Amino acid sequence: MTVPASHDAAASTFPNTPAGVTGPALVADGVTKTYQLGDQTIYAVKDVSLEVQPGEFVALVGPSGSGKTSLLAMLAGLLRPTEGYVRIADEEIGSMSDRALTRFRRRNIGFTFQANNLLPYLTVLENVTLMLSLNGRTTPAAVDWAKELLDQLGLGDRLRNLPSQLSGGQQQRVSIARALIHRPAVVLADEPTASLDTERAFQVVQTFAQLVHDNRRAGIMVTHDLRMVRYVDKVVQMRDGVLERVVDAPEEIRALSEGAP
Amino acid sequence: MTVLLSASLALKEMIRNVGRFASISAVIALITVLILFLAGLGEGLALGNRQYLESVDGQLLVYQDTADVQIAASQFDRSIIASVRRVEGVEDVGAVAFSSTVIEPLGGRQSSEDAGQRVSLIGVEPGRPGAPRVVQGSGFTSSSGNEVVLGRQAAIRTGASVGDVITVRSTQGAVDERYDLRVVGIADGQQYQISPGALVPLITFDRVKPKGEVQADPSSLVFNLVAVRAEPGVDAEVLGERIEREVRSVEAYDLVTAYENVPGYTAQKSTVDTQTGFTLVIGILVVGGFFQIQTLQKLGQIGMLKAIGASNATIAISTVLQIVFTNLIGVTIGALGTAALAATFPATVPIVFREGNVLVAVGGLLIIGPLGGLVALRAALRVEPLTALGLAK
Ligand SMILES: Nc1ncnc2c1ncn2[C@@H]1O[C@H](COP(=O)(O)OP(=O)(O)O)[C@@H](O)[C@H]1O
Ligand SMILES: [Mg+2]
Repeated sequence: MTVPASHDAAASTFPNTPAGVTGPALVADGVTKTYQLGDQTIYAVKDVSLEVQPGEFVALVGPSGSGKTSLLAMLAGLLRPTEGYVRIADEEIGSMSDRALTRFRRRNIGFTFQANNLLPYLTVLENVTLMLSLNGRTTPAAVDWAKELLDQLGLGDRLRNLPSQLSGGQQQRVSIARALIHRPAVVLADEPTASLDTERAFQVVQTFAQLVHDNRRAGIMVTHDLRMVRYVDKVVQMRDGVLERVVDAPEEIRALSEGAP
Repeated sequence: MTVLLSASLALKEMIRNVGRFASISAVIALITVLILFLAGLGEGLALGNRQYLESVDGQLLVYQDTADVQIAASQFDRSIIASVRRVEGVEDVGAVAFSSTVIEPLGGRQSSEDAGQRVSLIGVEPGRPGAPRVVQGSGFTSSSGNEVVLGRQAAIRTGASVGDVITVRSTQGAVDERYDLRVVGIADGQQYQISPGALVPLITFDRVKPKGEVQADPSSLVFNLVAVRAEPGVDAEVLGERIEREVRSVEAYDLVTAYENVPGYTAQKSTVDTQTGFTLVIGILVVGGFFQIQTLQKLGQIGMLKAIGASNATIAISTVLQIVFTNLIGVTIGALGTAALAATFPATVPIVFREGNVLVAVGGLLIIGPLGGLVALRAALRVEPLTALGLAK
């Protein structure tokens, strides 16, 4: 698969290493998730440890059933690990109550999902500022920034459109703006390109990477499509619930994205 | 804060799906019209039975004890009047007799279908309990004149007004006899047995009422009830017991017990109440079903909202507000529609909107939404935020 040259050019302008000196935005330590099926214990995720720095964009890859979604759910505070802990913005989220976790998610985590990303009855701009409303921080400056973000995502003239009037790629980009608008420590994306054609998929991931870098968020993207890793700083490969390999050398990442084993 | 966000989400969804929410509001509006008309009809029927009895300016009605509180089965002659009047605490008494007759059309019959207006003929003693309070005209001038006081409905339906002479037609023996009576007054609400009331002095009543071939004792005045007014400060219940003790073979009842025992009154009322109840239950099921289906269609959205950090309170308030808004709009449109429809009805239609009944009906209608929505609310609250990632616990 050849990638349009413009993507390469844009990708090369992003620094692959964040410049900050603060600690990691996200730490997972010995995270394990088991499911009990009769008297059989299934390890969906087994002893995974991981760090993501502010401004770092990480891809979580692996075959179907390897535990990517389960791991992402635990990093998102949506699923409690059976063992191990997750720390985001220096807070250990495993010990929080459901209510506290909900609050924590709306403040510190940005999400894009595979499906049901947007509320169909809110406009593009309203879907983004929803995150501000949830946090009680709908200031004029924040709304201006939402418009600016949408503009950067190529949606500057679609602010008053409803999601049904947008293409799948445009909807994904709205959810990227929503994931960033409240300046969360961590931005999580579950298969953001699953429903897009290759051209749009590359555009979406490229813009996502740029925004993660520019805004110094810790970004984690689950994908089963290895070609998408060309814009990330680190690739975490899962297999059978285990962290198989971490690739962070730019040339190795490029090789991976071009189909090398 | 949560409430504002919830309200804005609820309203935006409604505004941007106007068709969907308008259709359920329209259904609620129709249910509202149905319920209000049922209540109005129930009240109209009830009023048709109890209006005269309710308006008696006394506290007690005395029946023959063998009558089982049935007015037609209670028969007294004049001697009872003095016995009841003697009881301590009784201020005044009046004989009341019930029958029915037909008022011929004013200006004569124009066609064979024009059969006249059937009325309840009520014999009273002028100036005594049971006699009507007129709102127009002078009222009775003698205790035996050819005079009649018409209830409001009788006046409207016959077109007669004070000063007119009406003709009543009663079957006496084998022939129809006609009597001319001068209208000396109009009184509010005198219906009895779902017929407008026409009130005449008792002696006149005895002359003009329908009669069989043979009369037991043509010389004696027969009537059905004795209306009793208690002296000020006398407890009606105590007085009733005293009358029953001191006068042989009578029972005394308050006005409410009296009209509740009019044949059909309680049965009609409970029929209408049951229909109203069923309609409310149907309303609950319709609203409940609609919002349940809508919630099931939105499980993905709800999961997403919870994942990005919307609290259960935000979701719950939004769901409830939407149901309440939809219900309120439907009930308001239904109530306005009912008022508009009712304004086009002629005064003779027996549908009566009484404030109390309407408020109870509207209250019932306003809770069908929230009650029906409980299932949807439960479904919305049970959605796991984890479903946003396509995982379930
Ligand atoms: N609720 C569950 N109950 C039992 N097994 C589960 C459950 N959720 C996930 N699993 C199992 O855990 C493993 C990892 O699943 P998942 O995290 O969805 O992997 P991926 O996203 O990489 O496809 C799979 O074998 C899956 O069948
Ligand atoms: Mg998965």
